This record gives sequence, C-alpha cells and structure tokens, in this order.
Amino acid sequence: MGKTFSKPEALSDAHTHYCPGCTHGIIHRLVAEAIDELAIKGRTVGIAPVGCAVLAYNYFTCDFQEAAHGRAPAMATGIKRVRPDLVAFTYQGDGDLASIGMGEIVHAANRGEKFTTIFVNNAIYGMTGGQMAPTTMPGQRASTAPFGRDTAQTGMPMRMCELLSTLATPGYVTRQAVLKPKFINKAKKAIKKAFEYQIENRCYSFVEVVSTCPTNWGMTPQNALKWAEETLLPYYPLGEFKTPEA
Amino acid sequence: MAKVLMKGNEAIGEAAVRAGCLNYFAYPITPQSEVAEYLAKRLPEVNGTFVQGESEVAVGYMIFGAAGCGERVMTTSSSPGISLMSEAISYIAGARCPAVFVNIMRGGPGLGGILPSQGDYFQATKGGGHGDYRVLVMAPDGVQEAVEMTMKAFPLAEKYRGPVMILGDGLIGQMMEPVAFPEDLTVAPSNKDDWATNGMDTRKSTEKNLVKSLFLDPKQLNDHNLTLKAGYQRMKEEEVMFERYNTDGDYKVLIVSYGTMSRVCKTAIDMMKQDGLEVGLVRPKTLFPFPEKAVFDAAVKESCQHVVSIEMSMGQMVEDVERSVKGRRDVGWYGQCGGDIPSPEEIISHIKSLLKS
Repeated sequence: MGKTFSKPEALSDAHTHYCPGCTHGIIHRLVAEAIDELAIKGRTVGIAPVGCAVLAYNYFTCDFQEAAHGRAPAMATGIKRVRPDLVAFTYQGDGDLASIGMGEIVHAANRGEKFTTIFVNNAIYGMTGGQMAPTTMPGQRASTAPFGRDTAQTGMPMRMCELLSTLATPGYVTRQAVLKPKFINKAKKAIKKAFEYQIENRCYSFVEVVSTCPTNWGMTPQNALKWAEETLLPYYPLGEFKTPEA
Repeated sequence: MAKVLMKGNEAIGEAAVRAGCLNYFAYPITPQSEVAEYLAKRLPEVNGTFVQGESEVAVGYMIFGAAGCGERVMTTSSSPGISLMSEAISYIAGARCPAVFVNIMRGGPGLGGILPSQGDYFQATKGGGHGDYRVLVMAPDGVQEAVEMTMKAFPLAEKYRGPVMILGDGLIGQMMEPVAFPEDLTVAPSNKDDWATNGMDTRKSTEKNLVKSLFLDPKQLNDHNLTLKAGYQRMKEEEVMFERYNTDGDYKVLIVSYGTMSRVCKTAIDMMKQDGLEVGLVRPKTLFPFPEKAVFDAAVKESCQHVVSIEMSMGQMVEDVERSVKGRRDVGWYGQCGGDIPSPEEIISHIKSLLKS
C-alpha cells in the first residue's frame, strides 16, 4: 500500500508555536495543499501579519514577507503591482485585519487587487493575550472586556464578509470554518478557488475562516469547537457572499 | 546635454524614470502633488506602475512590499505624510530593503502650513520612526541637484539595502529651473536574488527568502542592529557630500546652511564681500551622514570667530553643527520657519550683529 497521507511540500518541518487545540495548523495546511495542487510554490509570496501567525513564515516553504500590524494588504498590493506574475496571499487575524488594518483591507478589496486574503476569525486577540477584538461576540469575556463585551460601549461585532461584499468592485468573498471535517473540506475548496481567481487575474479573493482560540477563550479544544459552532456561526453565517461571476 | 525648463516636483518624477525606477506609489499632499500628477501620465508611457494609495500609511507599506520583491520603487510626500510613513520607513530599514522617499518639506508641527520649511531635519536625520536605524539623507539646493540626487538615490539604496531620502523644501518642489538629466547617473539595478522575495522560480532556487524585521532572539536582534550600524558607519566613510563657498580666504564668520536656505546665504555672502566683510559657507549635501569634518575644519580656521547655522527651522541642524565644532568656536542659530525665507538683508544684519557683540 502506498502513502495515503503526507505533509504538503509548501509546509516546512518546523514545529509550530501554536497552542494545543488551535486551528491555525489546519488552516496553514489547507493553504499549503492549495499551493501544492496549483503548483505555484515557486512564484508565491506570503505576507505574515502581526498576531499569532506572525511566525507563519517559518512554517511555509515559499517566499514570505513580514508585515506591520494590519498592513499586509498594502504590502500585497506593492508586491502584485510590481510583479503581477507572482502569487501573493495575506494571512491575517481579526485584530490585524478588522481593527488596525480596516483601511488597508477595504481599499485593497475595492481596488480589486489580484491577491488572496486568508482571514482567520477567532473573535479575540490571541498573541497579545485575549483582548477584545472587533469580532468579539456580545457578552463574550476578554481581558479588556472583563465583564463581557458591552455593545452599548463598543458596538456590535464587525462582519467582514458582509462589509466587503457591499463593494461594487467584483471579487470573491466567502466565509468558511474549520470546526469539523465537513467544514474543513469546504474551506479547502474555497481557499483553492480563491487562489485560482488570483492566478486567472480575475479579482481580489477573500476567505474568512471561523476558527477557535481555546487558550484565550478559557476552554478545552473540544468545548471551543462546540462554542464556536453554537455562538459564532449564527452571527457569522458560512457561505459565498460574492463571486466575480455575480 | 540639452536643458529643459521644469518644475522641481516634475523633474524629480522624471529623474526617477530616467534612473530606472518604474514603480511609484503615493498619496496627494501639498506642496508635492505634482510629482504624482506627472508620473500618473509618464509611467504608463514606459509600462510602469502608478498607484494612488488610500493613505500615506498604506503607501509606506506598498513601498515595502514592492521593495521586498527587489524592484526599484519610490514615493514622494510632504512633512505630515512622511510622519505617517515613518512607521514603514522603520520596518523597511529593519528588513533591509532599498527604497527611495522624497520629502518636500512644508511648515509644521501638526498641519503647520503649506509653505517651504526645513522643519523635518530631526525627523529625517535622527529617526522619525522607532528603533535604531538611520536613513541616508540628501538635500538638494535646486532643481538640477534634485534630479541628480534622485538618480543617485536608487543605487545608493541598493548599496546599503535601506531607505534613502531626498529632503527638499516646498520652494525646490514648486520652482522652475533649467535642468539636464545626466545619462551617466543611470545605473543598472543590482542583483537581489540573495534576499528578495522575488519568487523562487525567478531566481531558480529551492530556498525561500524572507523579508522581515522580527528577531525575537536577543542575540540575533543585537547582531542585526550591529549589521545595520556597520552600514551607517560605511555611509559616514564613503557618502559624505558637501560644498564649500568662499572658504579659501580668511573669514570671520562661517555659515552652515543647506537646501534653498543656502542659496540665500550665498547671495548674502556675495553682498557682504562687496562691502569687504568675508563670510564662508559649508553646505551639507548629505545631512546624514553629516559632513562633520568639513564643518570642523572650516570652523577652526584661525580667522573664524563665529559659526552660525542658518535654517528654515527653529534650530535643528545647529545641534549637528555644535557636535561637529566640538566647542572650539561659538555656535549659534538664525532662521525662520513660518514659510517665509529669510532675506539676504536679514542674514547680513544677523551676521553684523554677531560681530558687534
């Protein structure tokens, strides 16, 4: 019997620094599988964010740039405008993309920049230690919202797919999850499709991935998956919000 | 070499194209928006890239991304815009990417004004962004020199793998002068395969390249900063540029002045000479590295009694002049920074008051 499961070539042998039960590892793998299947490793440049995935450049085997907090879409714009033949993707968390980087993501999407964004939404700041994010749920506790997110003071959680899909510029905008195998298989297809749109020079592509943070949520990995499905998915519905065809 | 009459801002844009920089990202701000307007038309002619970013913050990182791919890239802005780009300049210096920034200074602080100023001397030469980095800063005194310095900036940025800044003021950006584009300043881009994220296929390699400024290990970060420091030291040894004016004979006062301000100082020196009063000038063309030795040597000439830094600021370069003179002569400052440029008569009056005291 031959080998039926192996590590994608686009992933390195490095041990990740991610916490036990974190879903970044799954998402890294899905991105790497897409890069392998499309045979684009040799012309791909990833852009790492500031946040938990800041060291993503150690885990992929393609070229990588390390951005400042929230600025990955501007860097990807710079890369793609001077080297349209390269494939660029940003890998960003919710604090990075939906808070400090809100301006950059909206304008890059609206210009229709030909790169791909993987947006990992786990409703909290991970690397800095569990502070409230723009995507934190009402009442959800965070180190800077010790009594739970008070929407009278902080507003309602930002829904990035809904926001970006209002832009008139054509694009691919989808929300996926990695909370169970069925979702993971769909997320994989969406990520691959997002890269395909870029390779075809069609449009900007944005894949939100609803994810977990057991450490900062204060839950076991299994409870985190359950909580995400019960609490996050009703507010962050999965599906395609926009395609370039529509 | 035929000369053409050009506005400083437009000439800087053309100089970048002639230097082989076909990538320009910018955000509009007075008094330098003509660079963007010129290049928006010019770059399509040469199949170049023109992008108007959504903010100076974003533009700074577009420059970073493009520079990280090893392509020649430039932006232009003015004082408040450079403040916003300073974060990116720190990252670009930290990640060791070559990029060219042009600051056509206006008055500050805050929104300040839109008239010429030299109030960003500290920002340009002492940092601006966070961390231990320096930027090679060239200060033109007119449109011709702005062209030449812009063209030199790209190979210098590649030589040192870091940001290079052209520090002009609103007058240089706005005035028209006859200008020639020297062909011998067009230098082919260096090979960047050993560090740039230009795609492994491009450089026929199986090893990835990383463009980053993060070094979590204390020893690695210290070593990285020592590498940067060695580059700045080499700049001090190899890149200092300055001009001496009326320093051959004996003079009682030495002026140190740069950019637009130095041209007014030269007029004042010529007028004082007719009245029998000799005043010398050292004009730094590089502000970092600063021409410390040239200033020292000129200051300690036996005849020289006073040294004065004349700036369109409230006294910034004067600190580098004091540092260079090492206490051997009295060092003072004279200037204005509201947007009006001190006149030759005002400078003469100040010099005479120095000699009376």
